[in-house]
Amino acid sequence: MRGKSFLPDFWKTLTFILVLVFALFLVYPLASLFLSSFKAPETHAWTLDNFAKFFSRKFYYSALGNSFLVTACVTVLTVFIGIPMAYFMTAFKIRGKTVLEILIIISMMSPAFIGAYSWVLLGGRNGVLTKFIAEVLGLESTPSIYGFGGILLVFTLKLYPFIYMYASGALKKIDVSLGEAAESLGCGGLRKVATIIVPLITPTILAGSLLVFMNALADFGTPMLIGEGFRTMPVLIYSEFVGEVGGSANFAASMATIMVLITALMFIAQKHFVNKKSYTMSALRPMQPKEITGIKSFFVHAFLFVVIGLSIIPQLTVIYTSFLNTNQAIFLPGFSLVSYKMIFSNLGNAIANTYLFGLLSILAIVLLGLFIAYLSVRRRNFFTGVIDTLTMFPYIIPGSVLGITLLLAFNDKPLILSGTALIIIISLVIRRLPYTLRSSSAILYQISPSIEEASISLGASPVMTFFRITAVMMLPGVLSGAILSWITVINELSSSVILYTAGTRTMSVAVYQEVVRASYGTAAALATILTATTVVSLIVFYKLTGKKEVSV
Amino acid sequence: MRAARVFILEVVQVSVAIHVDNVVKRYGSATIIPGLSLDIKNGEFFTLLGPSGCGKTTLLRMIAGFNSIEDGTISFDGSPINNIPANRRNIGMVFQNYAIFPHLTVRQNVEYGLKLRKLSKEEIRKKVDDILRLVRIEEYANRLPERLSGGQQQRVALARAIVIHPSVLLMDEPLSNLDAKLRVEMRDVIRSVQRQVGITTVYVTHDQEEALVVSDRIAVMKGGVIQQVGKPQSIYARPANGFVSTFIGHSNLFHARARGGQSIEFEGGFRLEAPELGEVSAGTALVAAVRPEEFSQGAEGLTAKITGATFLGKYVTYALSFPEALLVSGQPSIEYSQDLGSAARLFEVGEEISLRPNPAKINIFTPDMEQSLMRGVQKYAR
Repeated sequence: MRGKSFLPDFWKTLTFILVLVFALFLVYPLASLFLSSFKAPETHAWTLDNFAKFFSRKFYYSALGNSFLVTACVTVLTVFIGIPMAYFMTAFKIRGKTVLEILIIISMMSPAFIGAYSWVLLGGRNGVLTKFIAEVLGLESTPSIYGFGGILLVFTLKLYPFIYMYASGALKKIDVSLGEAAESLGCGGLRKVATIIVPLITPTILAGSLLVFMNALADFGTPMLIGEGFRTMPVLIYSEFVGEVGGSANFAASMATIMVLITALMFIAQKHFVNKKSYTMSALRPMQPKEITGIKSFFVHAFLFVVIGLSIIPQLTVIYTSFLNTNQAIFLPGFSLVSYKMIFSNLGNAIANTYLFGLLSILAIVLLGLFIAYLSVRRRNFFTGVIDTLTMFPYIIPGSVLGITLLLAFNDKPLILSGTALIIIISLVIRRLPYTLRSSSAILYQISPSIEEASISLGASPVMTFFRITAVMMLPGVLSGAILSWITVINELSSSVILYTAGTRTMSVAVYQEVVRASYGTAAALATILTATTVVSLIVFYKLTGKKEVSV
Repeated sequence: MRAARVFILEVVQVSVAIHVDNVVKRYGSATIIPGLSLDIKNGEFFTLLGPSGCGKTTLLRMIAGFNSIEDGTISFDGSPINNIPANRRNIGMVFQNYAIFPHLTVRQNVEYGLKLRKLSKEEIRKKVDDILRLVRIEEYANRLPERLSGGQQQRVALARAIVIHPSVLLMDEPLSNLDAKLRVEMRDVIRSVQRQVGITTVYVTHDQEEALVVSDRIAVMKGGVIQQVGKPQSIYARPANGFVSTFIGHSNLFHARARGGQSIEFEGGFRLEAPELGEVSAGTALVAAVRPEEFSQGAEGLTAKITGATFLGKYVTYALSFPEALLVSGQPSIEYSQDLGSAARLFEVGEEISLRPNPAKINIFTPDMEQSLMRGVQKYAR
């Protein structure tokens, strides 16, 4: 007490700093985005013209319709694929289960636009499959991979793992006794599934569906590469923002505002529903996988193998392509390492940037995760509540919108960050923060407060207790979460593609550029490096945690 | 000579008396403790006993410094501690879930508080060795806590709390997570360790049997208010009110009336001389409390019908039914314990017997049962 009381309280100071940081990098950019959407491009006068323009021209508002159509279809499809997969994998003994689960996670972790681009390689105008169908089978017209169908294919294969993960997590938490209780009361078979199992996993499925919805709505790379004439909102915002002809930042801002409003509404609706009916369960006796045989076994396995096979094809295509002999856009016969040579001589800085930015972001994410989780769980007050709410914001902000907001906010004095590595790192940290925080808080809730009280009663100050006990106990969980964050961070495209400059581009931006330039060999080589990094990181994750599951 | 003096000093300084003066605890608009006072002597084993939600843990955490004190003072040896943060109060606390640091070994857990006190390495080593031997877990010193049983974890928690020579030892339902047999074993460990170290201990429990066994004194609490403070035997023998008489042990409650002097008459006409009854004017309504083992069967007494029997080896507990007018309403059961060491025969269910309360042991309360009318009852025994 005495002699030390003039020192400012550690947690109060930290809360203050965090409020400032979030005000600067989150509230201020979002506010300026919101405000600039109400301004005329030339005169900067207040106006509703931007919104009027959007809703009066079919060219623009049809993109909103397209986005909704794709997103809704993708969400429904992933639910109908993901839930049966989760149920089969949990309820039955499946051959090669471990390998299948790893493949599912790899296809979930790799960026969607790589899927888009390798489906173009396969089924595009000059694609292997297209040529095969045309030449060998002699069919004139093949179904086009471009447009709505292609986007749907790529998104569904990339996003069903979210539903799969959420559903299997929920199924594992259902105690066998619940089903047995239903049976003892005379309720069996499908009726049991409908009245017990489905209601119990519904809140979790809804949370997963929201994630799918947000991802599909916000993704920029896929519709850009495979959509061709089929415009979605992120594509429109991007081209309006960076477009050389007639682009207007204010108009882009107003479209971004519309998108954020939509995602916010979805988010609130889902929260509202889940809060009303969510259950905490932990199964003492989880479901045990049963042996299946005969025709049932065949169909179950066929379903799993086909879906997982399709979703892993893009990775295999990319890896295969990267070793082809190539001369820019034209693939030559035979194999070579020419693509790898080219990227190391021309795009070496993109590779270095990816790892550097990734590491720095993860460092920031781990520290922020530890501190903010502690503040919002253990030191609940008005200001930590504000921080907690603010950190959920990025959840509803599509990556391209975040890129635009940061660029609009820090393009001018007093704080010019555009074009720096810092702005990319900030965007990566902000994007990943809600996920990190959620998992860090979950870890903290597992730690009984009396552990901290024990330390305090033994004479350690609360701050010392945090660093010596709480943080140490949280760290393994936070670090394993950080590995997953690392994977998403290095694969990030939609905000970096807006924020990068020649000196700060990352691998995923470079892949995107190479694909646009039709330099497929180098794109494939870069994408292979990304995939390899992802796989290695996953292996590290499994080794370190001893877990077989990944939570997103 | 000098070493001996230091040792004595340590023993004298270590433990403190706790003075709780009119403390108030509020959560928002709800008042959990509406002004409570208590004196706990140096070196005493003091138990806060009560049903869940009675405020006993709240009070304990106020002494520990984990709960704020809205009004009133808590002092250690006369100096107020209200504004001293928990980590500077020099308390040892044993938690309900043990709160063992899972990432540290047993030795590291016990060392934790000593390291913060900047003792030399050899000193720490010696103190930890001594305490691990005292609680008999020296062979597990280098294990991680997850590989210990509940009882062993409890011993680590106890060792960790007392090794720092705290001013007070606070224990929050430390045995409630153990199985019945281990609970009996551990309460003896706690009691004997406390005796050897001689440290002021505040112990919270809802288990009345545990409280009776371990405590020097017990404070019975209900609704944030102390009902009675006293030695285990006197609380059991002369409860200060109806709540204490039914919460600690079992009491059968009967309607009765004073006849003047020490004589009372039960509803229905049975009369009894209660030599310990205080001044009560004739005709006053009363409630008489009789414990199951304080009945004896004889020719004259209250007539009861046996409705059930539970054989417990040393004795049989019979469930009884009496005429409704005789009984205070709302009692979960009316019981008579027959001591098989001296019983002539067992009774059958359905049989009618007459039971006579032991006049020396009977307790008599006001009709609202808020106050005992017995001589020698102490609401607050020091």
